[in-house]
Amino acid sequence: MRYVIIGNSAAAIGTVSGIREIDSAGEITIISDEKYHTYSRPLISYWLEGRVSDKNIYYRPDDYYEKNGVKTVLGKKVTKIDTANKSVVLEDGLSVPYDKLMVATGSKPFVPPMNGLDKVHYHTFMSYDSAKAIRSELKDGMKVLIIGAGLIGLKAAEALSEHNVDITVIDMADRVLPSILDARAAQKMQRHIEAHGVKFILGTSAEELTEHSAKLKNGSTVEFDMLIVAVGVRPNTELVADAGGKVERGIITDQTQKTSLDDIYSAGDCTVSHDESSDSEKILALLPNAYMQGEVAGRNMAGRESYYLNAIPMNAIGFWGVHIISAGSYDGEEFVEETESTYKKLVFRDNRLVGYILLGNVARAGIYTSMIKEKIDLNEVDVDLLKQKPQMMMFGKARREEKLGGIVR
Amino acid sequence: MKKVYVNEDWCLACHLCEYYCAAANSGAANMVAAFRNGKKPVSRIQVEEGDKVNFAVQCRHCDGKPCVRGCIAGALSIVDGVVCCDENKCVGCGTCVLSCPFGCVVFDEANHRIQKCDLCLKNHDGEPACVQGCPNKAIVFEER
Repeated sequence: MRYVIIGNSAAAIGTVSGIREIDSAGEITIISDEKYHTYSRPLISYWLEGRVSDKNIYYRPDDYYEKNGVKTVLGKKVTKIDTANKSVVLEDGLSVPYDKLMVATGSKPFVPPMNGLDKVHYHTFMSYDSAKAIRSELKDGMKVLIIGAGLIGLKAAEALSEHNVDITVIDMADRVLPSILDARAAQKMQRHIEAHGVKFILGTSAEELTEHSAKLKNGSTVEFDMLIVAVGVRPNTELVADAGGKVERGIITDQTQKTSLDDIYSAGDCTVSHDESSDSEKILALLPNAYMQGEVAGRNMAGRESYYLNAIPMNAIGFWGVHIISAGSYDGEEFVEETESTYKKLVFRDNRLVGYILLGNVARAGIYTSMIKEKIDLNEVDVDLLKQKPQMMMFGKARREEKLGGIVR
Repeated sequence: MKKVYVNEDWCLACHLCEYYCAAANSGAANMVAAFRNGKKPVSRIQVEEGDKVNFAVQCRHCDGKPCVRGCIAGALSIVDGVVCCDENKCVGCGTCVLSCPFGCVVFDEANHRIQKCDLCLKNHDGEPACVQGCPNKAIVFEER
């Protein structure tokens, strides 16, 4: 069996793991347009910050490919999937035949149209190369303007604050981290980040960019020496779309991660997932999701039926020492508790926990995550204890024994 | 595989397991040295106290291993069935805290990373420190 994987991040590595659970002999080839050994994309901010070394940015050990029998074609872009001949065509014209193909192409930075941007030197922040480019141009005292107060933009801001630069973040949204926080939690996080010297201009966008300044729609002007566009990401769906596969906002797969095309699977940020907590189709651009989808796909590619179920949006991130963990859907009845430095929101619907936001104190949050994923009915738990904090005590003895492995008799 | 189990009928909520765990994983030579320097070392086992029942909880080294699968840094791995954390690679992002259904991964804020039970593989011979230290034998290390 010849397995070909396009992509070299979490979904690709998950795929290798899934395949190798079942098929230790099949030939696996990973093809990526990036030249690096598999690295962790979310670690680029830690690398830029200086907390992660050149060595530790890698997602798997040096001998990973060798140990897993993986051949690599790195630094070459796949330009086409030739479904008729069951091969992928590389930019240099070479073609690589497959029996089963994984498309784990991830996403790319979304750069919205902005007046004058085409004449301005700017950075995005999605790849090791983009982090290196930023690092190489950094100079003491620089003014950095970041467009986008989401996860990527603020991680870039945190990393850059370790260098001697002046940072301004603008966003069209009226608050920071709109994809994971509600207004109240966002306000807390914004204050915390501002205390570390980052300036925010929210609820407006750039109207006109020139070489060193951005004129904003609210009338003000921001000067910059470096511009980083971190507005969002878009899935890389072109290869599958061009081959005639079903694509909507992302690549459409079934629960085995197979696309609408024969023998072609897809996993990770380029795909559309089913969010169990809101019962809707979403792009869940999260590393754990990518890895686990890859694993499921890999098993199916190697011939063992496997399904990816119970996906929900979830996120763990921190800024300047304050952690945020959130998961699920925020649509439902709310329970909120707040102190000077912490925030907790639990969201209930259909007599179960469907979502939560924890800021500041995030200890043991996974107990809440599991309640959402397992759709545990509130009648089965002590709701007062649930609201107090995540704890195994809220489950009845029988369920706890089942979860923790039983008691000694 | 042998794992740590807790008999909640016998747990006295004395929290001694937490102290033994913290000391054993602190790198210090003994309990006194571990707690002497002013910073309380991190315990990987946690006691939950209730009105009628108490019990300690630590990593189940469970089948699903969502922490390992979800680790963004490739810091968590499975060594002979035991979930281990490479402390040099961990960045303390908390994705494993988000993922663990038992709430068994704890932050080590001082070092920007997490800590979790590895059955004292690195620091004890034979039996985990929490098991050795439990005065009421509520914590056992056995095959089930």
